[in-house]
Amino acid sequence: MNLNRRNVLTIIAAALVGTTLLAAGCSNGSAANGNGQFSGKISVAGSTALGPLVKQAADEFGAKYPKVSVDVSGGGSFVGLSQVAAGAVDIGASDVAYTDEYKDKGLVDHVVAIAPFAIIVNPGVNVDGLTKAQLVDIFTGKVTNWKDVGGQNQAIAIIGRSPASGSRATIKATVLGDKDFDPKGAVLNSNGDVRKGVATTPGAIGYVDLAFVDSSIKTVKVDGVACTADNVISGQYKIYANEHLYTKGEPKDAVKAFLDMVMSADFQDRNVAKLGFIPVSKMPK
Amino acid sequence: MSALNTGRTAVPTQTGVGAAVRTRLRGRRRDTGAIWRGLFFASAIFLVISIAAILVMVGRQAAALFTQVRPLAFLFGRVWAPEHGLYGALPFLVGSLAATGLALLIGVPLGLAGAIYLAKLATPRAQRVMRPAIELLAGIPSVVYGWVGLTALVPFIRRHSGHVTGFGLLAAGVVLAVMVLPTFISLAEDALRAVPQDIEHGSLALGTTRWQTIAHVLIPAAWPGIAAAGILSMARAIGETMAVQMVLGNSPVIPAGLIVPASTLTSEIVLEMGSTPQGSPANNALFAMGLLLLLISLGLIIAVRATRKEATAGVRQAH
Amino acid sequence: MSAKRIDQIARWTVTAAAGLILLVLGYILGSVLINGLPVLSWHFLTSRSSNLEPGGGISMQIFNTIYIVTLSMLIAVPIGLGAGVYLAEYARPGRLTSLIRLATESLASVPSIVFGLFGMIVFANAAGLGFSRLGGAATLAILNLPLIVRVSEEAIRAVPADLRHASLALGATKEQTIFSAVLPAAVGRLATGVTLAAGRALGESAVLIATAGMSSPRYLTFDPLASGETLAVHLWAVNAENSLSDAARIANGTAAFLILAMLAVSLGIGWFARRLDRRLAGQG
Repeated sequence: MNLNRRNVLTIIAAALVGTTLLAAGCSNGSAANGNGQFSGKISVAGSTALGPLVKQAADEFGAKYPKVSVDVSGGGSFVGLSQVAAGAVDIGASDVAYTDEYKDKGLVDHVVAIAPFAIIVNPGVNVDGLTKAQLVDIFTGKVTNWKDVGGQNQAIAIIGRSPASGSRATIKATVLGDKDFDPKGAVLNSNGDVRKGVATTPGAIGYVDLAFVDSSIKTVKVDGVACTADNVISGQYKIYANEHLYTKGEPKDAVKAFLDMVMSADFQDRNVAKLGFIPVSKMPK
Repeated sequence: MSALNTGRTAVPTQTGVGAAVRTRLRGRRRDTGAIWRGLFFASAIFLVISIAAILVMVGRQAAALFTQVRPLAFLFGRVWAPEHGLYGALPFLVGSLAATGLALLIGVPLGLAGAIYLAKLATPRAQRVMRPAIELLAGIPSVVYGWVGLTALVPFIRRHSGHVTGFGLLAAGVVLAVMVLPTFISLAEDALRAVPQDIEHGSLALGTTRWQTIAHVLIPAAWPGIAAAGILSMARAIGETMAVQMVLGNSPVIPAGLIVPASTLTSEIVLEMGSTPQGSPANNALFAMGLLLLLISLGLIIAVRATRKEATAGVRQAH
Repeated sequence: MSAKRIDQIARWTVTAAAGLILLVLGYILGSVLINGLPVLSWHFLTSRSSNLEPGGGISMQIFNTIYIVTLSMLIAVPIGLGAGVYLAEYARPGRLTSLIRLATESLASVPSIVFGLFGMIVFANAAGLGFSRLGGAATLAILNLPLIVRVSEEAIRAVPADLRHASLALGATKEQTIFSAVLPAAVGRLATGVTLAAGRALGESAVLIATAGMSSPRYLTFDPLASGETLAVHLWAVNAENSLSDAARIANGTAAFLILAMLAVSLGIGWFARRLDRRLAGQG
């Protein structure tokens, strides 16, 4: 009977609203019991680029500690920083080091991987390498045609990331220095979009995490050095950034176990390289 | 629940016992009635609370911006460069208005034609195909629209325009035009159908062709409804996010043309919200852009109300 | 040019425009389905997604999507219906009513990204739900409320007055009339509205990324406080930030499945609504 069902629905809804309010009182921290087993919840938020790595860690951690669930959410590097600084999540994932706004919040940095950035061009561009000075000229909009940097007569299309993104911050820090990006360049929202944009736009140049390099685009050498893990480790290729997991204060219990697992040689060797990152242990101190 | 059922069985009886029972049941009936009325009212008030909470949340951050940046410098500033302390939102405002305008320019004629077809020309069988098709168009996730736009539309525009990338307001306008079609068509069709049949029959009886009737009688009579459909489509277009930012190119500058990278309020919000520190002027400026969007939408809604009033006034005059 | 000729040309143009709309839809559906249908194997639909190795599936995303969309409807439909009933049956013209209407319409025009932020601050942080299915569903519910309110109000208003009078004449109270006469008669139209809302919930990603989260529990669980990545969020995440060698394949498959689900929901509820209408018409 319709009447019944509708009333039941209303009751369920009321119950749900009630649950929402009740849950406000509950906290979702994690706790340890005597024998080193943890239970509860670990929440991670922030960088989408770090998402796959954190999700993998969550799966492996869950296999080890079945009573702990690890929730991963995106939103961006600074969502991660803000959320962890406010104590709303246990771990904030970020592509960039925290800024002045967060320096008094007691955040503890855990660098979990190194992310090399490749300079990529459309496969039709017949330039194999650029000097750092040429890159600066291109990204600041001083040079607008490939013929001025040794290529064919074709307009250069810059496809980058938004000013606040970790990727763009890395290029700015390692290539441009105190100069500014040409604001007229196109901006896309993610590694995947930039790769797609560069692949489909003749004369395009952009930058993505090394993991996103595939046959649809061409990587160029910078100052004669190719973007490879080995060249980053040896110190010859300079365009890379640290990937961070932040905690508020020193991590404890399950969160500590989680971070320990991510930093362990086993996890780093098996997983980090697969994502195109470089294990932290490989980098010279 | 049970009270409602008992209530229904409480048919008037003539015996004294029956009357007593009846009075008792009436009392209970009135109680449950009051509870339901309260619940209905609470549901309605919940909507007011929701929008108020959103406005407070967005407004608080925006207000924080205006302690650091003058409102006029925000609204009419032509340069967005947070790293240099410049928080001009004009490029995004211009982009939003231009993309929306373009979407209406393309979408409204097409949608009006679709609505006329559905309301007046289509056979029942064609309607059975067309209507679910339009519903489906409304149901396609915006990420899919954006992806098709990025992989098919942007390269198409680039090839045929000779521009460097193909990103820009034109691509955004076309994608948005397709995305507002369902809203516009269904509302415009309702408006066309709401025109009293006798007006139409009267015109046809005068020996006009079908099209003359549509163009000179039907559309003018339905005009306030069509205008409302247009305004609601506008609200839909100006708030769309995920699809637009994939085809727009997102340069924070006032665009010099339709096929150069440009930005809108929504694209800028989605692009930078997650990557600016909470409480920083740049982050607050994004909330201020959200407030601006809300205010624009509010203005559009008030415009719709005005056209509706006009419509009712028109109908009243006609009678 | 004769009026008759103009008539012909105009009709032809309008029909062509309608054809163009179908063509656009066909193109979008075609490009999604052609790339995606071959991916939809049993294995793809029943295995978990993978973070590092190619060959992952979308089983948890399917489950999460059904869970979150259903939960959001369970929250939104009673409240939306209640508000619709209030507006259609009780509200008198006046300041309060026009405030409620204004609120409904403004809520409808809030950009989804703002809902996402709102949901994160209110449900994930303030209410302490974290990134959870419940938080995501609650945010989606608020997003969908205006649509459901509008559809409910229109559906209730469309119910013939005779029905109401008949019920009231039989001695039923106003509330009994609403529940046993008005709402059952409005069910067909209500179903259409709920379909539209479910469709919107199905395809929404901006709202859920920071409310329901981007991971799934390791086991099949109905825990509303677990995080739950939906199909649309997965599609966005795979496109945007996944370097798997088969990311494009997974994105195509996910998009195709999402479109098929949308089709199924709209056809299914359409069929249900027609059947119901017919049954009620038969009764009447």
